[in-house]
Amino acid sequence: MITTDICIIGAGPVGLFAVFEAGLLKMRCHLIDVLPQVGGQLSEIYPHKPIYDIPGYPSITAQELIDRQMEQIEPFSPTFTLGERVESLEKQHDGSYWVKGSDGTTIHTQVVVIAGGLGCFEPRKPTLDNLETYEGQQVHYMIKDPEQFKGKRLLIAGGGDSALDWTIFLSDLAEKVTLVHRSDSFRGAPDSAQKVFDLAQQGKINLLLSHQLESLQGNGQLESVILKNKNKETILVDTDHFIPLYGLSPKLGPIADWGLQIDKNAIEVDTFDYSTGVERIYAIGDINTYPGKLKLILCGYHEAALMAQSAFKYVYPDQKLSFKYTTVNGINAF
Amino acid sequence: MPSNMENIITIHVEDRDGDRQTLEIPTDVNVSLMEVLKGEEYDILATCGGMALCATCHVEILQGQEHLIEATEQELDMLDTLPDADDHSRLACQIHLRNENQGLSLKLKGSLQ
Repeated sequence: MITTDICIIGAGPVGLFAVFEAGLLKMRCHLIDVLPQVGGQLSEIYPHKPIYDIPGYPSITAQELIDRQMEQIEPFSPTFTLGERVESLEKQHDGSYWVKGSDGTTIHTQVVVIAGGLGCFEPRKPTLDNLETYEGQQVHYMIKDPEQFKGKRLLIAGGGDSALDWTIFLSDLAEKVTLVHRSDSFRGAPDSAQKVFDLAQQGKINLLLSHQLESLQGNGQLESVILKNKNKETILVDTDHFIPLYGLSPKLGPIADWGLQIDKNAIEVDTFDYSTGVERIYAIGDINTYPGKLKLILCGYHEAALMAQSAFKYVYPDQKLSFKYTTVNGINAF
Repeated sequence: MPSNMENIITIHVEDRDGDRQTLEIPTDVNVSLMEVLKGEEYDILATCGGMALCATCHVEILQGQEHLIEATEQELDMLDTLPDADDHSRLACQIHLRNENQGLSLKLKGSLQ
């Protein structure tokens, strides 16, 4: 088991800066993030985009900011668990927490800081009645084991790379593949799009362009999907499996189940110290909300500073906190 | 000082229940349509804060689409992943209103989950 003073969920810019603010107060941090690298959305989504509102930097690219922040927290020797999602928090008798990850990692910590940004990216689901009824059995948002579709009739929905690639791959394996897309063209890779058009021309797949999903039909078992074209005419496609591939959207994920006050996908906090309603759990950065909240990196930095001052009492219950400036005290590494 | 009256436009917004409201919007402030709608207390998650990543500010343009700033590749890519998008779909966070958008009419479609 990993033991730390503060477990920070999310290794984006705000989570990283929390290590610095905690370090000034001699609190050690462990960070856990679902992504395989540090930096959160800055490294994952827009590493080369310039950011203009970081004090002291008229312009800095997202990745450069993360690199500099990693350098800044080096004296405080943070530890990391990357590529693993936090599933649950378990409160212990002494008030401390066990933070449990999806791959079995357990972190024993005095304080939990949620700096989860947008949350986790999860598959986007179409709005169709009774969709949940068939999930896991006949409705799939990602494909883990293609072999299960051997000899089956499949309906794939979507127009991105993932929908195109799986249509091509499964056309060999399945008995019949129908691809339905709302538009009459694909924005995915041109090569894949061409292959899909070729397969349709050769009669190897059934391609339905400019069709929208209308409803599901079945009785306990999914039997068919009803589609509507631009002229509002409906057609019925019999299928064994329905595979909507509509990309990913950010969701709170397991965080929503931890008993915290949630408003519009964000955690409500007290602006006194960015604590949640649950003792020893704080939320900072884009994942929190309060009156006047701005989703800005620099606001997250401020929240991290106030959080650290407040968390001190749980890590050093017998010590009095005295506020010190880095210009006076410097950085005392550990 | 009050805004210059020439820089105020009227737009029409239909919420998810079909209720329609007319809003007067200044065009000389640098905020996106998503922020305008949130400011008017419409129910929009805006999880990503305007980065065209979550599509919870998805709107259908009912009238005046031709006067909007054209969608970027990034916005079109995101719209393309939505199950309920069509040719009139836009992301409100990528739209900045100008005087040409007088009379714009739109309907909220973004997911609330």
